[in-house]
Amino acid sequence: MLNGLLVGSLYAIIALGFVLIYKASDVINFAQGEFVMFAGYVIAFFLLSMELPLWGAAILAVVVMVVVGYAVEWLVLQHLIGRPVVAVIMATIGLASFLQGLAQFLFGIETRNVPLPISDDPIFIGDVLLNRVELIAAVLAGLGFAAIGWFFVKSRSGIALRAIADDQQVSQAMGIDVRKYFALAWAIAGIVALLGGIFWGNATGVDVQLALIGLKVFPVVILGGLDSIVGAIIAGLVVGLVESMAAGFIDPIVGGGTKDLTPYVLMILVLMIRPYGLFGKEIIERV
Amino acid sequence: MINRETGTFKRSFGEDLALYRVPLPRIVMTLIVLWVFVGFPLVGSEYWLGMANLLGIACLGALGLNILIGYTGQISVGHAAFMSVGAYSAAVLMREFDMPWVFAMIGGGCSAAIVGMFFGIPSLRIKGLYLAVATLAAQLIIEWIINHWGWLSGGAQGSIYVKAPVLWYGFADGQILTMKLEENIHFYFLIYIVLALGILFALNLFRSHLGRAFIAVRDRDIAAEIIGVNIFKVKLIAFGIASFYAGVTGVLYTYYYSIANFEMFSLGISIQFLAMVIIGGLGSILGSIFGGVFITMLPIVLDFMLRGVGGSIFGWDDATVSSFLPQWQLMLFGGLIMFFLVVEPDGLSKLWRNFTDYFKVWPFPYL
Repeated sequence: MLNGLLVGSLYAIIALGFVLIYKASDVINFAQGEFVMFAGYVIAFFLLSMELPLWGAAILAVVVMVVVGYAVEWLVLQHLIGRPVVAVIMATIGLASFLQGLAQFLFGIETRNVPLPISDDPIFIGDVLLNRVELIAAVLAGLGFAAIGWFFVKSRSGIALRAIADDQQVSQAMGIDVRKYFALAWAIAGIVALLGGIFWGNATGVDVQLALIGLKVFPVVILGGLDSIVGAIIAGLVVGLVESMAAGFIDPIVGGGTKDLTPYVLMILVLMIRPYGLFGKEIIERV
Repeated sequence: MINRETGTFKRSFGEDLALYRVPLPRIVMTLIVLWVFVGFPLVGSEYWLGMANLLGIACLGALGLNILIGYTGQISVGHAAFMSVGAYSAAVLMREFDMPWVFAMIGGGCSAAIVGMFFGIPSLRIKGLYLAVATLAAQLIIEWIINHWGWLSGGAQGSIYVKAPVLWYGFADGQILTMKLEENIHFYFLIYIVLALGILFALNLFRSHLGRAFIAVRDRDIAAEIIGVNIFKVKLIAFGIASFYAGVTGVLYTYYYSIANFEMFSLGISIQFLAMVIIGGLGSILGSIFGGVFITMLPIVLDFMLRGVGGSIFGWDDATVSSFLPQWQLMLFGGLIMFFLVVEPDGLSKLWRNFTDYFKVWPFPYL
């Protein structure tokens, strides 16, 4: 149960980057998993090949991810503003493939590990066994959510982003540089992906498989509502929980592997019943 | 004039029904058909025949996906999964019920169509990105089922071997003459006859009531509903037709490799077919063909170029090239998708149209 919640908080981190981009620019980012993977490769490169301390590697990796985020926005996505949804989705799918190739080309194909200065000894609360890294990740995720919540509500840029999410044309008329803030959103998403990359890289090692985590993001964001940060957190926890319950209760009956399936079944159900998710805004369409 | 529509009047019902109304395209099409069914099989080497087979299968799959995405505007990221449904249905039909391969092929197409329509049900309420995500789930769920239900998919490897299709080509001395389809040249004719049927069906579909309804739903679904198109029915039929194409594509792959294997139908393949449709041109049958050829040839040409050019200029040997070839393929593939989306959203078919339009008025463009 608790472990499910902890894994769920890791899902929530990745989903957060996804929601950020969708909220600001209405772009569905199919490359979120690849972002996380790329960030994992970058931090592993700085830690292992350059042998930098963790804080130095983290700062450099933040710089790299911000640059990548900006580059994606400027080179590709800003040209696609106002084009059909299919085009934007395909562009991010292309981006995913590109990032996979690039990461392997730059950093090699072998699996890297992201070592963290955290001991592997489990913590016992009562008789429940907890993984220390996951616990810290969950705490950091909580802090991250708080920071981003503060950013969206209080800071000038955050308010601008919310305005853009509400209505692009009007915010442009009010003197908000929409392109600049789109790029900002992508840069933040890059940083969030880095957070995900560090912890997932520590948990599973960094290789192409890590990008598959990106697919797990979809059940989370669909359940939570595409444009809701609170939704991403809660749905991340729910999906983590459902996975561990499926592994606990259904697996013995049907014989294994349901852990990977249940999130998607859940997602199909949500799509059929309540497509805009738990906390998303309902869209009413007119001709 | 042989290539201009001006001055070409439809004086009979037959002329109105013709697919090509001006002489030049008709001549070109005849030449192409002659080349495909007579010329190429005579001169093509074994290697090129094998390549042509893969191209043909890919084009058929891309055509199906284009009907769904390009003409009906319903995005699907699960095309390869529907192919696998077709492939496995046909394989099971042949293995368990010893069904003739033609019926197994149609059966595979139909079962893929049914599964596709089932996963198309959410399209009633959702569209665009939500639909993309729903079909993504379809892809993953179908892959999972094939991987985990051994009784269906032939054990832990998830693959079923099928016998070579047997063709009855004649009747003599009270016996049916049969031959096994197992060489490239046999498959070549099988694949290209199916592809030709697929293209003919698609060309005529979009001149029919149903095809027009597809386009109306794509352009503005709510407006289409108001003028009396039953959106749900139309979307489901679109999913059905596209999945039927996908299923037949899967069956062809199965016959060609004489094995049904889930690894041939992974998410990556779905994305490849998406790329074919985008790069070839959305809403264009010619575009599907261009896209299918382009994406299938891309890795082969890249391989050739890197080995040839890289070898002579930078002195790379085979091992060096092989070490980074897959990464370059991924990068080029993703880069090309983004490039086409930004620079030429209507794809290769638009470039071709620009080219032919130019020659329609050549040499007097100002007239």
